[in-house]
Amino acid sequence: MDAVDVSKSRDLDKLLLRHGNLVDPGFSPGPDLRDDIREYVKILVVGAGGLGCELLKDLALSGFRNLDVIDMDRIEVTNLNRQFLFRLEDVGKPKAEVAAKRVMERVSGVEIVPHFSRIEDKEIEFYNDFNIIALGLDSIEARKYINGVACGFLEYNDDDTPKSQTIKPMVDGGTEGFKGHARVIMPGVTPCFECTIWLFPPQVKFPLCTLAETPRNAAHCIEYAHLIKWDEVHKGKSFDPDVPEHMQWVYDEAIRRAELFGIPGVTYSLTQGVVKNIIPAIASTNAIISSACALETLKIVSGCSKTLTNYLAYNGGEGLYTKVTDFPRVNDCLVCGPGILIELDTSVTLSKFIEMLEEHPKLLLSKASVIHGNGNLYMQAPPVLEEMLRGNLSKPLYDLMGRVQKDTIHVSGTSLLNEQKQSFSTKLRVLFKGADGVADMDTAIGA
Amino acid sequence: MRSLSIHGKITEPAKSKNQRTGIKWKDNLTKQENSRTVRDSHYLIEQPSDSEWNICKHLAGIRKGFSLSLSFSRNTHLFSLCCDSLLSLADANHCKIPMERLEQEPTMAEPKKTKYDRQLRIWGELGQAALETASICLLNCGPTGSEALKNLVLGGIGSITIVDGSKVEIGDLGNNFMVDEKSVGQSKAKCVCGFLQELNDAVKANFIEENPDTFILNDPFFFSQFTLVVATQLVEDSMVKLDRICREANVMLVFARSYGLTGFVRISVKEHTAIESKPDHFLDDIRLNNPWPELKSFVETIDLNVAEPPAAHKHIPYIVILIKVAEEWAQTHNSNLPTTREEKNEFKALVKSKMVSMDEDNYREAIEASFKVFAPRGISQYTQDIINDSCADVGPNSSEFWIMVAALKEFISNEGGGEVPLEGAIPDMTSSTEHYINLQKIYHSKAEADFVAMEQRVKNILAKVGQDPSSISKSTIKSFCKNARKLKVCRYRMIEDEFRSPSVAALHKCLDDEEYRIAIGFYILLRAADRFSATYKKFPGQFDDGLMDHDVAQLKTTALNLLSEMGCDGYLLQEELYNEMCRFGAAEVHVVAAFIGGITSQEVIKLLTKQFVPMQGTYIFNGIDHKSQCLTL
Repeated sequence: MDAVDVSKSRDLDKLLLRHGNLVDPGFSPGPDLRDDIREYVKILVVGAGGLGCELLKDLALSGFRNLDVIDMDRIEVTNLNRQFLFRLEDVGKPKAEVAAKRVMERVSGVEIVPHFSRIEDKEIEFYNDFNIIALGLDSIEARKYINGVACGFLEYNDDDTPKSQTIKPMVDGGTEGFKGHARVIMPGVTPCFECTIWLFPPQVKFPLCTLAETPRNAAHCIEYAHLIKWDEVHKGKSFDPDVPEHMQWVYDEAIRRAELFGIPGVTYSLTQGVVKNIIPAIASTNAIISSACALETLKIVSGCSKTLTNYLAYNGGEGLYTKVTDFPRVNDCLVCGPGILIELDTSVTLSKFIEMLEEHPKLLLSKASVIHGNGNLYMQAPPVLEEMLRGNLSKPLYDLMGRVQKDTIHVSGTSLLNEQKQSFSTKLRVLFKGADGVADMDTAIGA
Repeated sequence: MRSLSIHGKITEPAKSKNQRTGIKWKDNLTKQENSRTVRDSHYLIEQPSDSEWNICKHLAGIRKGFSLSLSFSRNTHLFSLCCDSLLSLADANHCKIPMERLEQEPTMAEPKKTKYDRQLRIWGELGQAALETASICLLNCGPTGSEALKNLVLGGIGSITIVDGSKVEIGDLGNNFMVDEKSVGQSKAKCVCGFLQELNDAVKANFIEENPDTFILNDPFFFSQFTLVVATQLVEDSMVKLDRICREANVMLVFARSYGLTGFVRISVKEHTAIESKPDHFLDDIRLNNPWPELKSFVETIDLNVAEPPAAHKHIPYIVILIKVAEEWAQTHNSNLPTTREEKNEFKALVKSKMVSMDEDNYREAIEASFKVFAPRGISQYTQDIINDSCADVGPNSSEFWIMVAALKEFISNEGGGEVPLEGAIPDMTSSTEHYINLQKIYHSKAEADFVAMEQRVKNILAKVGQDPSSISKSTIKSFCKNARKLKVCRYRMIEDEFRSPSVAALHKCLDDEEYRIAIGFYILLRAADRFSATYKKFPGQFDDGLMDHDVAQLKTTALNLLSEMGCDGYLLQEELYNEMCRFGAAEVHVVAAFIGGITSQEVIKLLTKQFVPMQGTYIFNGIDHKSQCLTL
């Protein structure tokens, strides 16, 4: 490293080059540690919004030089009150690209690869390339997806302890107004997103009969216009919240309904808020939560201090409240546990297996793609790949998996669990009955 | 550029049109509305001269009883000062100038409204206007200060003035996003200011290339031009001096410091009062335990025992159900409401017995909400403490807040019958539209009546203490009434007092409590590090000078002396912390700075908007395991 680089990390060096007392047992300070972080550590930032912009800056200034960022969105005017890497003239451009460019312009030496893409459109292996995945997301679905992918890399030893080299750590942040959380997820060690899914309260939904018959407040009138009246009037044309004319129509309809029932309070701003389920967001909370996440990332990688175990709740509205909770793992978690055990006859074909996934009560997985080890057994998309692998469908899974008695495979597709359509990916432990003289033993764990 | 624009609706009786002589107006639109002429006028003064200010004053002065709204396109402290004088002039002439931010010309307003949409949903246009009229001074623009300002600039703060005398060094590139390679050797204040301006051109960004201590020591009046000072990375001695200056000048002050994996944020203002404290969870004000006559007579019009048609029975709102059942209960229990657990369960069973079928959501809601019947009547201890505060004995210099508290105190013991003014809103509940809207109206009119009574009391009190009886606007009184149960008063000790005589009881409590051990340790060590630096002209462990062991030992001695001075003889800090503190070597690590800066900006926002509740005491950041704490010493 040349002299300029060394003095640039003047402040960080104090943490990385000096021995400490309250540190991870594996902490070995020195210039090598600092240089290895620069050279070899790769981090993926998922989301280039309020949290993602901050995360990129924070990580770039924490000595990380190999960053990727993935986001499918384009910049909007409403982002500008907090997403500090964007300017008015950037509106309409992909967030990931602009964010990467801005940080690289200001922090020399850092390489940020942007991915203007849906997270589901990346190959699963793409995610395995990173040492840590940092999540700056605002949706439960996206978190679930990444969580499923990261936990999918996890392998277990025979005694059901996780293989440490397969653990893909995640740090996750979330904010709403003055509130937020930061957490560290070590699949197999600390609870994954799915283990603590109850932390996310269910979304408020109004009963349709309230909307149709007994509206009482402005939100009811708006949802009536949005969910009922729109379809009645615009047969077959779906509502798009990003088309201003659509929003205006819903607003006008909601006003009409409110007048009919004598209900006050319908405004255009409220209409947008209700229809798009807008979560209020400010720069300060995003900065606080992201920096906590980035600090934990640095600690996981370097061991330069203890890590957060494992959930930090933050509320800055009424005074200043922080609380650390050590949530427990759910041992038989579908996502980060050792995997559902599926017992099969050696004669079951891949296509029969895919059908079985659809009916499995703990999976309800349709349109499944199946991966074994590093090889695709069947992929629903892209068409080229689908065609290439179609021949596998009629072959016995036992043969496709190399005629072993017991092994792990990964499946992904659309799940209808909890009566909700969602992208879902999980690993399964497949046990072949009668193979190599194995009797029907230890199947009690099976689903 | 100084520029001021006055836009807004000037409403005036049609007959007085001719009085507008002598003032040039640029009128955009004139239309008849009832018998009045509504004029949407736009009056813009670029770089206002004295004579133009006189026009403004004149305008406010001659139009008795008219109202004029002001909004600023560029807010600097100068303008808010001028605005203040305009306001008081207007007040003296009974002309109201509400300081709400009005919509500017449509072409201007929309993008701005959109840009700030996600925060307007939190603090509203009034909160936004408060930010846009504030002028902030930042002392030292390392990453802590720069990050704090960044969050404020994004939110549209009025103006910032950065005071920092240092030049950008290569080391700064590793922890501050607001400087880059081109900045090395240049004024740090200038570089940071330039980047921040890029983030939001509506903000007036200034910088002064000067060491903050120059102003603290030689020019204390400098600070009185600002609404609020954010002082970062100051050592103890400068903190104490600046604190005195800002108290004297009545300027709000927030200290922030990042130090390795620790740091602190400390607010210093004499008193902060908040009407809109916006708590997350607060019991609805629906008075099920104490209904007033109009509500009672409405409830009497509905009969729970009529089960037909079923659709009607399951659309009786739970407010009605619970008031009826509470009445029934009181009749058989000497006019009392349930208090014991047993009675409460019996009460719920009684509610349940009124159901005619299992699918009646309204009864399910009634059972869930029955705790609202059991809630004690009257005001909370916190509200009691506020009305008994010595500031509630008001005089000619009392603030709006305390005048209204004095009125509230009278209200509670008179019209209120032990209760504060009714909030007037009801939560959503299963109900027919008709019942719900009728209930809304009943609650609303009671709230309105309470407001009228309060307004009268406010006026009387103002007159009695020799203030202008109409100086507090209707909307302020209304907001006060709506939030009367949620008022907040925050007071902060002077830094000097806390340092000289911290609360020994609080210190002992923290030192004994496992959850506070690291936080109190860092609190003491941060102070000890400043003492260390006063002696050795460097912070412990700041340089790789081979003196680490010496520094650890010296820091420990300093900390133990400090503990003893504070009346904590015999107490020890967690041993590992001495070494950690020296390891930190006063580093300003970016992520810690971003965290501390983030909290700082959040507290500034709460202080300026007077919404939500600012933190109390000293917030000590614990970057080791995130068990940070607020210490009130």
